[in-house]
Amino acid sequence: MALSTPSKFGASSAAGLTERITNGKRDVKGRVVEWLLLATLGVTLLILVALIVNLLDRAWPVLNGRFGDFLSSGLDASNAQEAGVWQAIRGTLTLAIIVIVVSFPLGIACAVYLEEYASRSRLARLIRINVRNLAGVPSIVYGILGLTIFVKFAGGITGGRTVIAGGLTLSVLVLPVVVITASEALRAVPRSIREGAMGVGATQWETVRSHVLPSAAPGILTGTMLALSRAAGEAAPLLLVGGITGLLRTGNLSLWEQITDGGFTSMPVAIFSYARQTGADFQAVTAAASLILLVLVVVINGLAIWLRNRFERNW
Amino acid sequence: MNETRKLVEQENVVEENHEEVMTRQVASHDDVPVFRTKDLSVFYGDFRAVRDVNVYIKAREITAFIGPSGCGKSTVLRCFDRMNDLIPTARVEGTVEYHGVNLYDREVDAVEVRRRVGMVFQKPNPFPKSIYDNLAFGPRLNGVKKKADLDVIVESSLKRAALWDEVKDRLKASAMGLSGGQQQRLCIARCIAVEPDVILMDEPCSALDPIATARIEDLMQEIKRDFTIIIVTHNMQQAARVSDQTAFFTTEVNPESDRRTGVLVEFDKTQKMFSNPSDSRTEAYVTGRFG
Repeated sequence: MALSTPSKFGASSAAGLTERITNGKRDVKGRVVEWLLLATLGVTLLILVALIVNLLDRAWPVLNGRFGDFLSSGLDASNAQEAGVWQAIRGTLTLAIIVIVVSFPLGIACAVYLEEYASRSRLARLIRINVRNLAGVPSIVYGILGLTIFVKFAGGITGGRTVIAGGLTLSVLVLPVVVITASEALRAVPRSIREGAMGVGATQWETVRSHVLPSAAPGILTGTMLALSRAAGEAAPLLLVGGITGLLRTGNLSLWEQITDGGFTSMPVAIFSYARQTGADFQAVTAAASLILLVLVVVINGLAIWLRNRFERNW
Repeated sequence: MNETRKLVEQENVVEENHEEVMTRQVASHDDVPVFRTKDLSVFYGDFRAVRDVNVYIKAREITAFIGPSGCGKSTVLRCFDRMNDLIPTARVEGTVEYHGVNLYDREVDAVEVRRRVGMVFQKPNPFPKSIYDNLAFGPRLNGVKKKADLDVIVESSLKRAALWDEVKDRLKASAMGLSGGQQQRLCIARCIAVEPDVILMDEPCSALDPIATARIEDLMQEIKRDFTIIIVTHNMQQAARVSDQTAFFTTEVNPESDRRTGVLVEFDKTQKMFSNPSDSRTEAYVTGRFG
């Protein structure tokens, strides 16, 4: 009797207990919260679906009528029948390559220094806070910076308003994001791994190179891919540093000439220049270009997710 | 035929390695202690975690550090390979002499110390790589490049850590797939692979079941012939079973600041510590009346 169910639960008999635990009050609050959360998720998804359906609907004349032609035509904001995106796609890819080459190594190196070498110093803490602030600086401000530094000041090297200046501007723009995500990935590597390596006599650099970086690589990769997709979607800073709107002729320039002084455009910039035009034709062109950019960004994000799952580690 | 010869050759190399170790150990043996601490205190920031520790560690003996949680035994252990360097606020006063050299002298290179003083941690921490690469990492750092040489070291280290038979067919498999006990023996093998002088063990069995614990204890008795071992343990029976010397630490509360500082209470032969300790606090602890 001493071990029976406490009487405050009112289950003195076995039958009473059964009834209590199988037929008790429903957790009403919990159910309400669950439904509310589901509803917000539904709204979010609905907005996304509406956006895509709307884009598809508006872009249909282009997708159905002259999609191949649209992909292979250049930037031309004066004639919707001639307008296309191939220069914009090429521009975006070139910009992406510059961002990968410039900001990834630089950002990862910064993160390694901050996390592995300088983590204890007050200066590092100050820098870390400021890097976070930099990530929140509006992109147009980076455009001004790019205009001042890469176009005007270093114009002799970048060639002025070229894709190189644009790429460098975007690199600076995503650099804080790369540093932050790489820092977080490095911090997620357990200390036991570092101790294990140092315990057999590895130097700090040997530890970082052989164990910490490989272990953090999936996280770093994911973060950098997301930074890349942000760079791919930026229009404002590129408009400032020379992204071409309206009409872009490349004529007979070689690839190198195009890069160094042929003028450049990118997907967001092209969308901007088509969206400024009036008429249903341009609406269709704008929507089609937006869809292509959307696909591009989804592909990059998908790649990031795939890479993370592929290399994810369990400690 | 060829294979047999190769095996014989490998055996020879293993033996050579072994001889090399033996001669070095003999040279460093005698009665000179491997470690001697003088008034060692460790601080984390302003907080004195442990104070005035004086111990000497003899070669090829097992020394156990016992005591209740927070008494600073792991902290002291981590001074012997300068692992406390990794903790930003840690600071050391007093000296830790390793074969007569103060480890905390300015000229001492912590990396070189750690190549001679290996460490096995509380939670098994194999690298997320293959079993082979876990073992080959240390020797590679020391400049062993040829695969044949690495193969020999990997095999002999695994054999000495009593793990070879269980993993010989899957050296390329991830070390993360091993059981907890196997992972810990792998970590010991990884330590052995760089032929250290001393092996520090920080509660190596606390995450293991009794069977795996017994295997590690047997292993310690085996490798004791070649290495000096210091083990931190919560388990008094373990200390009594495996060690030659025992140091008992406890905590003292500072009445002014109400902060706890670890102190060394008694340090003696294990047999004496457990049968006839000089200090009443040791007696209370080893008989289970406290801690």
